[in-house]
Amino acid sequence: MIRINCPYCGERDHSEFSYGGDATINYPSLDASEKEWTEAIFFRKNIKGFQFETWHHSNGCRMWLVVERSTVTHEIKSIKPCHPDLQKVVKNNK
Amino acid sequence: MKTRRIDNYGKINRDKILSFRWDKKNYKGFEGDTLASALLANNIGIVGRSFKYHRPRGIFSSGVEESGALVTIGSKDRRDPNVRATTQELYNGLEASGQNAFPNVNFDLAGINNYLGRFFAAGFYYKTFMGIPPLEWGKGTAIWMFFEKFIRKAAGMGSASGLPDPDTYEHAHDFCDLIVVGSGPAGVAAAIEAAEKKLDVILVEQDSLIGGNQLAENDFDNSQIKNQLENLGIKIMTRTTAFGLYDNCVVGLLERVTDHISEPNVNIPRQRFWTIRAKHIIVGAGAIERHIAFNNNDIPGVMTVNASKHYLNRYGVLTGKRIVITTNNDSVYETANQLSEAGANVTVLDSRTNLEIETNKSFEIRKGYVPYNINGSKKIDSLDISKSETINKSETINCDQVLLSGGWSPAVHLLSHRGVKPKWDYNNACFLPSDTKENITIVGSSRGLWNKNDCIASGIAGTTDALNRLGLSKTNYFFPKPGGWKNPIQPLYEVKYKKSRSKSFVDYQHDVTTDDVRLAHREGFISVEHLKRYTTLGMANDQGKMGNIIGLSLMAELLNKEIPEVGTTVFRPPYTPVSIGALSGRNVGKHFRPLRVTPMHQWNIDHGAKMIEVGLYQRPWYYPKENETLNDSYIREASTVRKTVGICDVTSLGKIAIQGPGSTEFLNRIYSNGFSKLQVGKARYGIMLRDDGIVMDDGTSWRLAENEYFMTTSTGEAAKVMSRLEELLQTRWTDLNVNVTSVSEQWAGVSVAGPKSREVLNNCVDDSLVITNNNLPFMGVTSTFLKGNIPCRIARISFSGELAFEVYVKSDFANTMMDLLWENAKKYDGCLYGLEALGALRVEKGHVTAAELDGRVTIDDAGLSKMASTKKSYIGSAMRKRGVLKNNDREILVGFFPTNLKETFNAGTIVCEKNNIKGQGIGRITSVTYSPELGHWIGLGFVKGGLDKWKDTNLVGADPVRNKQMNLKVVSPNMIDPKGERMYA
Ligand SMILES: [Zn+2]
Repeated sequence: MIRINCPYCGERDHSEFSYGGDATINYPSLDASEKEWTEAIFFRKNIKGFQFETWHHSNGCRMWLVVERSTVTHEIKSIKPCHPDLQKVVKNNK
Repeated sequence: MKTRRIDNYGKINRDKILSFRWDKKNYKGFEGDTLASALLANNIGIVGRSFKYHRPRGIFSSGVEESGALVTIGSKDRRDPNVRATTQELYNGLEASGQNAFPNVNFDLAGINNYLGRFFAAGFYYKTFMGIPPLEWGKGTAIWMFFEKFIRKAAGMGSASGLPDPDTYEHAHDFCDLIVVGSGPAGVAAAIEAAEKKLDVILVEQDSLIGGNQLAENDFDNSQIKNQLENLGIKIMTRTTAFGLYDNCVVGLLERVTDHISEPNVNIPRQRFWTIRAKHIIVGAGAIERHIAFNNNDIPGVMTVNASKHYLNRYGVLTGKRIVITTNNDSVYETANQLSEAGANVTVLDSRTNLEIETNKSFEIRKGYVPYNINGSKKIDSLDISKSETINKSETINCDQVLLSGGWSPAVHLLSHRGVKPKWDYNNACFLPSDTKENITIVGSSRGLWNKNDCIASGIAGTTDALNRLGLSKTNYFFPKPGGWKNPIQPLYEVKYKKSRSKSFVDYQHDVTTDDVRLAHREGFISVEHLKRYTTLGMANDQGKMGNIIGLSLMAELLNKEIPEVGTTVFRPPYTPVSIGALSGRNVGKHFRPLRVTPMHQWNIDHGAKMIEVGLYQRPWYYPKENETLNDSYIREASTVRKTVGICDVTSLGKIAIQGPGSTEFLNRIYSNGFSKLQVGKARYGIMLRDDGIVMDDGTSWRLAENEYFMTTSTGEAAKVMSRLEELLQTRWTDLNVNVTSVSEQWAGVSVAGPKSREVLNNCVDDSLVITNNNLPFMGVTSTFLKGNIPCRIARISFSGELAFEVYVKSDFANTMMDLLWENAKKYDGCLYGLEALGALRVEKGHVTAAELDGRVTIDDAGLSKMASTKKSYIGSAMRKRGVLKNNDREILVGFFPTNLKETFNAGTIVCEKNNIKGQGIGRITSVTYSPELGHWIGLGFVKGGLDKWKDTNLVGADPVRNKQMNLKVVSPNMIDPKGERMYA
């Protein structure tokens, strides 16, 4: 029963969101090698504790968010838009 | 046993008489009764039969821990099995019956099981039916599956009605600062303290009345407390069980709204399933009195001491005439006093030899004695007792009731839901809640506090703890120490019967005896979790609320360990049963999921469409004429499209507006084929891959302007594609200046297909010049007007392989467009066609859909290698030839014909080599249709190595599910007009 504080919409139930995945992956360029892509796509850490992950406010403003969440307690430490320009907008409006 | 109602006792309303039926006979009770108290008032002692041995079962408790009096309430579609009679409020006209018995609970034929007891010991079913050599390897399971339904019936609980539930249920949500579970002295003190400190408080009580166990006291009146709580603005929720605690201070509640009402208002839900989001939770859920295991401790007339007190003081029912109370602790003496004052002849057996007790001396106390064996079968005749120091029958006491108190178990369940393990307290012989970092505080007897003042103090301390943790105060507080009895409790779980075969019950409902626990130990099931599953101890409706500790103590003794070393099973939600209806709430029937319709939905129906669900969408399936079947209809429709013209609603396709200077680059990255050179006014078919190189979706993109595209996706993948595009733009390619907007609902789309399609459109557009072959060649796009000044977009796109157009108008114009097109199509003997004909047309052409693009298929597998650009990189390009994806025995898209053209086949058929029909074969058929053009059945699918490898070989299609088999020929997937001359016409 996670509550996610969307920077645009406010605090909402997690049922409004869709889970994305690991937010820390640096996706290789499109012309990068198969090996680099394999690393990026298939090799994941199984983190016990806080991890950065993406969530999509799919039944809300449609913003993709970076959520810092504990895999043990579901506690959420931080939330920000994925897009750097939106991060700036959110910061300026605070 | 003689149980009866007595004057001047109880809080029932004797002015309000209620009639009810028990096992098809009429009885009377009073307002304020539970079914259990009303049955006892009518001297009904046997209310059910046990699970395995079919022994008579009476009423053991007065609350949720009940494991004997499980009954069926209601009839027909409102039949509700396994209801605890002890918590079911009586209402006028209530119908109830006993369970597990034939013909009835008093005379049950299966009672014979009682004498066959040794066959029914723990693990009997598993051993007998699942592991008998030579059945153990494989066949045993089948035997078990055959016998299981008979065994379950013989051993079954009450049965469900099997009919649709006529009642409605609701889901509700609420928020508060503090939720207090339990309205005993501790919970009420906590709630009042919190409300006075300005917290927003919800107080939850599973009973119909607030007060907790005080309701068993003869001088308790809750009206003043209720007023005080209400005046403080506390939201009181009675008949509401906090069945589970979840992450982030979420509490699940089940509110029984009308289960106590004789003729409920049909506009009110039967039950409400609440999700409460609190900032802090205080649990004052009380404690549950345990029984003691000794021989025949299940004979009707056995009850917990506290239950008897409840029946006397709350319901005015005296539960026996000659009552023996057996105890190991001080909690029973007030009850003993009150029962004897009410006229019963009371004897107390206290297992302890040294104790100081003040009593009114109207009853006898036998210090150092324990119960040994009950004589009787359907009722208690007498009790054999033993000295507690050396166990053996020493004398017999005539009695009609035996009350038990083996100590109290704090209700630590809710904390257990949060993964907090309770700790064993040797002094009080019980598990106590451990501390947790979460915002949960335990108060009252749930902390092992046995007297009221301590409970009240703990409630106030609990709220202070809550305020401190919420950062609203920094006040010191302390909780009273667990305990509170004058004489220490002496652990007593089992009195061992000296004779070889005993029936000392640990779990009444599941018939788990102390011997079963010992058997489990002998057979090596010594972990608590294994013990539980092997014996089913604690797996009945009460989830071991009464018996778990006894089972644990027996295992500890067998292992020569202490109870905490043996551990405790983890309690999981729900605390008490939650109906499936409440879980589903309003999400039933047509409200189970949202329904999507296209703007011409009604138009389609008015024109004879039979509809079919595709994802959430309702789409036209076929348009039968008079007596046409589905097959007749789609074959006619598909032939008409090939011969003249057909019109098909394609609105359900996903539609995305892609705008901005980066649009072309964006499409070029997400599609496998090139988009950089697509001219304005042209459309292109495109394939999107996932990062891992597998095909995700296919569709078209139309270049409407320099920086504006209109993308269509498949119906099923529309939402996924949209999320994917947003993800890429917001997370990966944040420098691309592109905006994507879902316009699926904004545009209504129709396909006009067939050799006469241009002629039909000529009559429908304002300016027929725009759609000539020159002005609108294959894959051309134009924005123009339909007659009546209706703006539209037309693309010359073909899914059927014929000359065809997709026409889009704003959704509001959908019906006008359909009228216009249909009026003109009729002039050319055209038809309306549905999904089935659309499928036939595309299978003939070898066009893939979701049936083929199932998330395992690469571009090459789908035979679309030419769609994979070699001149650019795109999503999935690095991965599409990785590892196994480049194997040359991959399953490749092909067409299938039955060798005997008169034969048919189905999608799902497994393709095998002739002499090797087994396993997954060498391929599969994914789509089939009758081909009007070819005059026989055809299929699309995959086969290892593709057409080149098998084109001259006879293969076999195996369809074991439908018991079918046929010979197959592999052909090119492009089964008609392979050069596409018709499309370019
Ligand atoms: Zn949002």
